[in-house]
Amino acid sequence: MRFSGLKVLAEGLTGNKGWGPHWRSPEPKAEYDIVLIGGGGHGLATAHYLAKVHRLTNVAVLEKGYLGGGNVGRNTTIVRANYMLPGNSEFYSHSLKLWEGLEEDLNYNVMHSQRGIINLVHSDGQRDAFVRRGNMMVGQGDDAEMLDEAGVKKLLPMIDFEQTRFPIFGGLYHKRGGTARHDAVAWGFARSASDRGVDLIQQCEVTGIDVEGGVVKGVQTTRGPIRAKKVGMVAAGRSSQVAAMAGMRLPIESHVLQAFVTEGLKPCLDHVVTYGMGHFYISQSDKGGLVFGGDLDMYSSYAARGNLPLVEHVTEAAMTLMPQIGKARMLRSWGGIMDMSPDGSFIMDKTDIDGLFVNTGWCYGGFKATPASGHTFAHLLATGTPHETTVRHRLDRFRTGAGIMDEESTGSQHNLH
Amino acid sequence: MRVAGKGLIDRNTSLSFRFDGSTYRGFAGDTLASALLANDVRMVGRSFKYHRPRGILTAGSEEPNALVTVGKGGATDPNVRATVQEVYEGLEARPQNAWPSLGFDLLSVNDLAAPFLGAGFYYKTFMWPRAFWEKVYEPAIRRAAGLGALGPVKDEDHYEKAYAFCDLLVIGAGPAGLMAALVAAKSGAQVILADEDSLMGGRLNAETLEVDGKPGSLWVAETIKALSAMENVRLMTRTTVTGAYDGGTFGALERVGHHVPDMPKGGVKETFWRIVVKRSVLAAGAIERHIAFQNNDRPGIMGAGAVRAYLNRWGVAPGKAVTVFANNDDAHRTALDMVDAGVHVAAVIDSRADAKALGDYRVIAGAMVSGSSGRKRLEAVSVQTGAGVENIMTDCLAVSGGWNPTVHMTCHMNGRPTWNADIASFVPTPGSIPGMEVAGACNGAFSTAACLSEGAAAAKASLKAMGMTIADVALPSAEDTPYAVSPLWAVPGKGRAWLDFQNDVSVKDVKQAAVENFTSVEHMKRYTTQGMATDQGKNSNVTALALLADATGRGIPETGTTTFRPPFSPVALAALGAGAQGAGFAPERKTTSHRASVGMGAPMIAVGLWYRPSYFPTAGETTWRQSCDREVGYVRKAVGVCDVSTLGKIDIQGPDAAKLLDFVYTNMFSTLKENRVRYGLMLREDGFVMDDGTTARLGPNHYVMTTTTAAAGQVMRHLEFVTQALHPEWDVRIMSVTEQWAQFAVAGPKARDLLNGLLDETLDVEAWPFMACGPVSVQGVQGRLFRISFSGEHAYELAVPSRYGDAMFRQLLAQAEAMDGGAYGMEALNVLRIEKGFITHSEIHGRISAQDIGMGRMLSQKKDFIGKTMAHRPGFLAEGREQLVGMKPVGAVKQLTAGAHIYSDGEEPVRAHDQGYVTSVAFSPTFGHYLGLGFVQNGLSRHGEVLNMVDHLRGIQTRVELCDPVFFDPEGGRTRG
Amino acid sequence: MRLRCPICGERDVREFYYQGAAVMLERPAPDAGEAAWDDYLHLRENQPGDFEELWSHDAGCGAWLKVVRNTATHEVKSADLAAGGKG
Repeated sequence: MRFSGLKVLAEGLTGNKGWGPHWRSPEPKAEYDIVLIGGGGHGLATAHYLAKVHRLTNVAVLEKGYLGGGNVGRNTTIVRANYMLPGNSEFYSHSLKLWEGLEEDLNYNVMHSQRGIINLVHSDGQRDAFVRRGNMMVGQGDDAEMLDEAGVKKLLPMIDFEQTRFPIFGGLYHKRGGTARHDAVAWGFARSASDRGVDLIQQCEVTGIDVEGGVVKGVQTTRGPIRAKKVGMVAAGRSSQVAAMAGMRLPIESHVLQAFVTEGLKPCLDHVVTYGMGHFYISQSDKGGLVFGGDLDMYSSYAARGNLPLVEHVTEAAMTLMPQIGKARMLRSWGGIMDMSPDGSFIMDKTDIDGLFVNTGWCYGGFKATPASGHTFAHLLATGTPHETTVRHRLDRFRTGAGIMDEESTGSQHNLH
Repeated sequence: MRVAGKGLIDRNTSLSFRFDGSTYRGFAGDTLASALLANDVRMVGRSFKYHRPRGILTAGSEEPNALVTVGKGGATDPNVRATVQEVYEGLEARPQNAWPSLGFDLLSVNDLAAPFLGAGFYYKTFMWPRAFWEKVYEPAIRRAAGLGALGPVKDEDHYEKAYAFCDLLVIGAGPAGLMAALVAAKSGAQVILADEDSLMGGRLNAETLEVDGKPGSLWVAETIKALSAMENVRLMTRTTVTGAYDGGTFGALERVGHHVPDMPKGGVKETFWRIVVKRSVLAAGAIERHIAFQNNDRPGIMGAGAVRAYLNRWGVAPGKAVTVFANNDDAHRTALDMVDAGVHVAAVIDSRADAKALGDYRVIAGAMVSGSSGRKRLEAVSVQTGAGVENIMTDCLAVSGGWNPTVHMTCHMNGRPTWNADIASFVPTPGSIPGMEVAGACNGAFSTAACLSEGAAAAKASLKAMGMTIADVALPSAEDTPYAVSPLWAVPGKGRAWLDFQNDVSVKDVKQAAVENFTSVEHMKRYTTQGMATDQGKNSNVTALALLADATGRGIPETGTTTFRPPFSPVALAALGAGAQGAGFAPERKTTSHRASVGMGAPMIAVGLWYRPSYFPTAGETTWRQSCDREVGYVRKAVGVCDVSTLGKIDIQGPDAAKLLDFVYTNMFSTLKENRVRYGLMLREDGFVMDDGTTARLGPNHYVMTTTTAAAGQVMRHLEFVTQALHPEWDVRIMSVTEQWAQFAVAGPKARDLLNGLLDETLDVEAWPFMACGPVSVQGVQGRLFRISFSGEHAYELAVPSRYGDAMFRQLLAQAEAMDGGAYGMEALNVLRIEKGFITHSEIHGRISAQDIGMGRMLSQKKDFIGKTMAHRPGFLAEGREQLVGMKPVGAVKQLTAGAHIYSDGEEPVRAHDQGYVTSVAFSPTFGHYLGLGFVQNGLSRHGEVLNMVDHLRGIQTRVELCDPVFFDPEGGRTRG
Repeated sequence: MRLRCPICGERDVREFYYQGAAVMLERPAPDAGEAAWDDYLHLRENQPGDFEELWSHDAGCGAWLKVVRNTATHEVKSADLAAGGKG
């Protein structure tokens, strides 16, 4: 069924009786060409591109809970291509281009809104670092401009320029950055993949990975064994647990990242703002809630919930930056499990086990990568070679020291990005 | 309508307030909601999506409809629950989300378009043409959405944060909570009893039930009096416990000043508490649920328990002819109380076929309300009976679908509630929060007697766990009526029956979601927005998931619940972030020369937490460059003085001090002679450069290390790690002394002359070569002198105890000025160090190896050190790494800019041709042109090559020649001379 | 979350800096080889449950602690000085 305004109109006039399931709920088959472990955003996107680009549809996505229930269902929805280092730069550029055509591609309104992102600048040194980043973005073919203080004032009048603790010198403005409706992204990919023949199997937890003679043969699940020629691990938040089923250890530590939303308010913030000195970022959703977050809680965790110190720190940053939002009330807080890689950049690679592939280490930046992660992981699974935008994202880069992509310059050991 | 003789309000204190432009009167003890109902105001708000008229539904913080904006200007407070806001003299409240007015709201047209705006409609449309989403559709949606509006200026109210500690936190002061607090308090425990209401007592203030043979509210008053007389008890009213966190930590919001007229300036509006407890008792009560039927959202349709609360607590009858619709016995109390108070009860419609009247009112058993009429206030309901449909004229329908225990907080640490079929509700799963007992209605125990006994039992269990002796406290007598309920979620029939009132989610939407395969409860929630409004689904989630379970042919337990997350009820960001407005966000660190620098008109710039002078303007200078060039000249030609106290200083002592330094630096320090200084490079274990600086050997086992300003804390922690975790056997002690010493650079050809004019002994030229150090006496003050240079000139750094810093700076300055020199700031310091090719964290930005900055030779082959192994990984030695170079402009454009990229000459400036980037630039008055430092692929071996520098963002393009990064005095004769 | 610093007593987690896996205590010899160093710095078991980890009482006494904490429940089982002994 094709979605359109006309269809909504026609259904509205005839009692909305013609709508059907957005995706099928099939029983798992005994064997697939490719099994993807994880029905989050990246797994569903991989399924979509396997089917669409590579015409591979004998594919199953195994999800232990519900589709899109991981970090794609609990993030702050920011989409951007403002990376600085080779490797990340071309990958996120690729991703943003996919975003820009995603609604047409999926026939699903994911509400991708290019409302612009402003990274605030607080010192001359930071301005130079952002200029370096911006020049990389432009050199990559993306957009970036440097705003001075007056330029920021015009776009973000609610900032307390006079009294905020760290002065605002300006901001790096990335106009094509913005937000999207996170759940819709998962659902849109799911619907498209399902329509093209991929089996999406919910409530199906993988309990083992079958490997014989260094070759992957399939998986054990709570709904029975499933044979597969290739297996892709796309289980952000649970990557180490899944990899352990194949006897692997990953260069990953799991951490909790919290995010917050306020009650609905009339429009007051048109753009996405990041405030580096306060580890704080914020935007306003279409429903009117201020969506914001900050840094990791800073301890290893699988609990998907955080604690007060971070809650307070983030709101304190909000109060020094834009005290006008003090009367907004925090409605809900939540936490997600982040696969933190040593250098803060993701890993997409073959493993030492033939037919077993890994997609992990998205840290807290996986949402904006969703289309390109799917697109490039599908490429890797289908062709056995990395896509041109992911050639640097090797699993062994920490061992060799080659191709480390440390955007935040905090290190390439587990020093917490 | 007020009812004589009822209520706990103070009828002697009449108050005037305004709502929606009209003036009304209420009494002390009223909420805005009770006062509006007393004044017969029915419509108080509009729903989120369809802008349907809505009235007051509840009598508590879970209110989804009656959200108003209170206050003006910087005190504007949107989304205030009228059911929580206490009335005070002069209170000013306005309706919100309605335009042009509450009575006539243009967007109510959405309601007519409802067939096209069902659950998830927006995912299926607005996709064409693409550009219309940002330009047309989305702006329209955003304008229509949202509830209240923020004030036009910044928040002018005051908020605070505080800590509290206790043995036992009791959450909720109804019968269970009061009893728990009483038992624990009498047993000697430190108790905090917190309740979100302004008046403790919970439902006992809202019912006509008796405790201990007297009216419940009287027993409450007596119990509170007893508790407040005890020193080990802290009673916190108007305090909502908002979240349960790890380690016995709870968040709580106290509404300190929202009920205070004429708040004094600086008076606190709210306090956010962090309460740390040994044990806790949750006695949060229960929330009544609605029954879905067609048009069940009209103003005048309320919760049955809320109707009773308005009568018994506030002396208000919410209607002249009250009708009750219920599936349980409890709701019959509403009819009984109304009849007793002389209010007409039109009928009690009970869905149970065997329902009987418990008093003098008409019961229609086995019947259901199937619709209602009256757009802005309820006029009538239609009742489906076995015999057909009966219309009943009524202006208040009190609905009860049963009670949902307030389990929310038990889920804050990943607990999941358990379905209890007997009461058709979820109850807490024991052990969900470590150390927490659950008692009373929130545990599914609904009678007063059960609440009292569970409260006492919870306190006893907590006391026992803490090893405390339990005092003997008698349980008061109370009713123990069984709770009889028969599940009824929605009345079958056509039309829209509402679940989530604020978000306008209907039964149809839930069913539609199931049809579209959004059958997981999380999918349904997200697709329909059910439960995502400001009440977080407290009024409707259980009903919605029961309907989903029905639609998908599953049981409720298999369908499961969504996750309840903190906060329990919404918390103002100003409270959570209290104290951080303006400069309060982070400490401000100031050097001892701060006052003098400010006095000289120096603009102070933030460097991390520190403030340092940018430059020192003098008369006639109009740009910072003029000042900077002059200050550079001081150092190159005479003498300059600069406060360098912000650099980290770490005192290292002990027999193994040298071992420690050899281990944390790449180069050798054990070979450093006493009274000498050496430059050191420090790596992280991953092989990248962490920091650099100089370390002086003051004695055989005594060193003082300097770090960069930025990395001072990181380096200190690193040294602690090495000495405590990796080598606890080493006999060495470290101490940060950054703040103990004020340190000043004295640099320039006349530096020695200047010092000789100040020091108690003249500097012996032989004893003070470059990189010498030692104690000196400055006018009787014991200081330290280091002959080191960050400018390439003959220079010293003089350190004195901080208390002399201000005087020292002023004296140094006076001396320098007398010698044609003066103070120099950060700008000049930066020019001087770039001229000399010295690196800062602009260069060692975390991704740089020692080899990349041409310091590969400093990686000692003779010893192990932190980062050694990883610094020799293949990737560090590979061809093509970006290496430090100097740059000079050689094209027509002579400007260099930091952050610009370097591209192959003659090729398009795109990523494929990217060769590197510029990290630092300065206009050098010494050379008369710009100088730059930066990184270029294989740069160490490319000196002399000409490349293309492009700054896309600043629109600057110039040709640069790569060169050695040391531009000035590469032989170092000036430094050593 | 609260940690009991053996020197200062029980304190809120906001006083502490987190380092990660306590495997960082077992620093290999410089010539232990690529695999040993990869294990030390990068590869992690990272399973939910009890986890030995390092914290520094950064805003307190500066002590480095070896803590056993459950990463699924955040329950703190023990906190000892990384240096061993009572400090």
